[in-house]
Amino acid sequence: MMRTKKSTRAAQYTALAAYLVFLAFPFLWLISTAFKPARELGSLHPTWIPKDPTLENFRQAFDEQPLLQAAGNSLIAALSASLIAVVIATPMAYVMARHRNRVSKAATGWVVISQAFPFVLIIIPLFLILKNLHLINSLLGLIMVYVVWSLPFALWMLVGYVRAVPTELEEAAAVDGASKVRTFVSVVAPLLAPGIVATAMFAFITAWNEFFFALVLLKTPEKQTLPVILNRFIGSEGVADLGPLAAAAFLATIPSLVIFAIIQKRITGGMLAGAVKA
Amino acid sequence: MRTAPRLGPRLVTAAATALALLLTGCSGDSGDDDGKITLQFQSLAWQKESVDANKALVKEWNATHPDVKVEYVQGSWDSVHDQLLTSFEGGEAPDIIHDASDDLADFAYGGYLADIGDLLPERLKSDIPKRSWETTTFGGKVYGVPFLQEPRVLIANAKWLKKSGVRIPTPEKPWSWAEFRSVSKELGDGTDGKYGVAWPLKEPVSATLNLSLSTGGKMFHRGADGKVDVRFDAADEIMPRTVHDQVNTDKSASGTTLGMGGSDTLPGFFGGKYAMVPLGFSYRQQIVQQAPKGFDWQVLPAPAGAEGLAQGVSPQTLSVSEDSPHKKEAAEFIDFFLQPDNMVKLARGDWMLPTGAEALRDPALRTKKDDWAAGTALAEHLRPAPAQSVRGYPEWKDKVATPALQEYYSGAIGLDELRKRLVKDGNLVLKRYQR
Repeated sequence: MMRTKKSTRAAQYTALAAYLVFLAFPFLWLISTAFKPARELGSLHPTWIPKDPTLENFRQAFDEQPLLQAAGNSLIAALSASLIAVVIATPMAYVMARHRNRVSKAATGWVVISQAFPFVLIIIPLFLILKNLHLINSLLGLIMVYVVWSLPFALWMLVGYVRAVPTELEEAAAVDGASKVRTFVSVVAPLLAPGIVATAMFAFITAWNEFFFALVLLKTPEKQTLPVILNRFIGSEGVADLGPLAAAAFLATIPSLVIFAIIQKRITGGMLAGAVKA
Repeated sequence: MRTAPRLGPRLVTAAATALALLLTGCSGDSGDDDGKITLQFQSLAWQKESVDANKALVKEWNATHPDVKVEYVQGSWDSVHDQLLTSFEGGEAPDIIHDASDDLADFAYGGYLADIGDLLPERLKSDIPKRSWETTTFGGKVYGVPFLQEPRVLIANAKWLKKSGVRIPTPEKPWSWAEFRSVSKELGDGTDGKYGVAWPLKEPVSATLNLSLSTGGKMFHRGADGKVDVRFDAADEIMPRTVHDQVNTDKSASGTTLGMGGSDTLPGFFGGKYAMVPLGFSYRQQIVQQAPKGFDWQVLPAPAGAEGLAQGVSPQTLSVSEDSPHKKEAAEFIDFFLQPDNMVKLARGDWMLPTGAEALRDPALRTKKDDWAAGTALAEHLRPAPAQSVRGYPEWKDKVATPALQEYYSGAIGLDELRKRLVKDGNLVLKRYQR
């Protein structure tokens, strides 16, 4: 029996290790590529560790494109969009989770359907609306788009978290004389904190990586975000300036990693909150 | 009992304050109000030398034309079609547009591009050959200026070729397709993992159509009524059959590279797996950057057929938006931008060939260094890609021709099945666009 348990555990760890390697491979390869000189990039027998590591790709990437400015723009757009999305989505999610009627069912249906719209279908009307509002080539316009775009998913996630909060707590607050708003702010919202952080994180990552809206809506380099700037390392017929592209892409992953590292505990808490049965 | 983590009130306040500051600080630009004309020029230049050349020319223009300011806007090849379409629909397109000629037909027919035939000076019109103008002329109207083009060449391992003793082709005396097949076999038949040639045919359609022009293969035939139909005649078969036989019969071409892009074959080329790789002329830049020290390479002309070295190209173009209120000034900028000396700078920046006859005569493009001369000698043989201006071509390419050619080259289907799919299925697609 003991042997079976050990072998099962070994298999589990092996599977976990294999999965981690699978997940880590592209990132490690990106780092490796970022530090390789051009001649090593064209080698038939590539190595994990660059034989002659260089910072030339980073120098070239910074020299050719305004990476810091673009990172700043991405940060503003992604942080703003994620904050606004959760601020709007949290009370909406509460209503949808607690008041199950035709309206909330229709709203849920609409949220699901809205996720199926392809970009190309919405981009032109969106472009025209933003143009009339003088919000083309404006980070504010882009942030509005990101909020609208991430809202359905944020809402969907948060509804799940709200449903995991026992209604008995709210009933107890009501018995103590708390109003609906007070109950939401003082009782429900703190319990939702991990879910809110997790949702904000997903909204942030979505906006941070988004390319097409940013490409279409932002025209001048001073306003453009990182994914648009990274795309400039790719030429016609998919030919890429691989070294500087890898260096810039590696740098572009760092803010997400840092933010993930900082709030990892809260995210884990959020996942568990969703798993706890009320 | 679990205690939920709390979002501190100070954190919420700080976040709200930061958000308010961010939003107030990132509103849109205001336009110029000093009465000067401002033109937006969206460039797709992406290599450093090319971007530098573009920006330097814009700077030079702005220094010498105080009343017409040109703003450089960076676009990207990867997404230019969708980005332009959205900009056109939203009435926010740049005044001057850099694109490729095979992307212009839809925009021209859609009424998004201006007819600039009458706005261009005679100097520019006569400097660029008629065959290049054909790539941007639809219904007798000129929707762009073709200025850079790129032939497909064979890039060869010079030492390997020399050692093998095969005849080295020149633009004056190129290989025929049959000779190319036999030379490839001689150079390597897959034993020891060495092949005579590596065909990077991830996107097989344009390579097939463009190279088939050398044998007289056109595939698209326009009737007197202006409608186009697909045929796959004996002249169309030669190039695809050569590739198929090299991969499946002679084993002189590696089957694994059929799904690769051009850059993907370079490590194998540098590593001595392939003697030759058919690539675009501009790939020389990557080779110069990435090849191991001492690697000896050379540019050879693509094989020739009944039509000699003819091959199809889709030149890079400069167009003017129909919505631009300053078409005349935009055309003047294009004229300045494409002065012969400037065309040479742009060509060198992109490692491509200029379309202009005077620029082509520049010694800098006739040097033996990096085999510029070998490519320049091919310029007179370049023709409009057969698919230019064929409506429905993108769908034919994606849904019919790409899978059919991929299966044929890999040996999964035969020539008859390929013909049936390209012609029968293909014409059904094209008919929908020509009703």
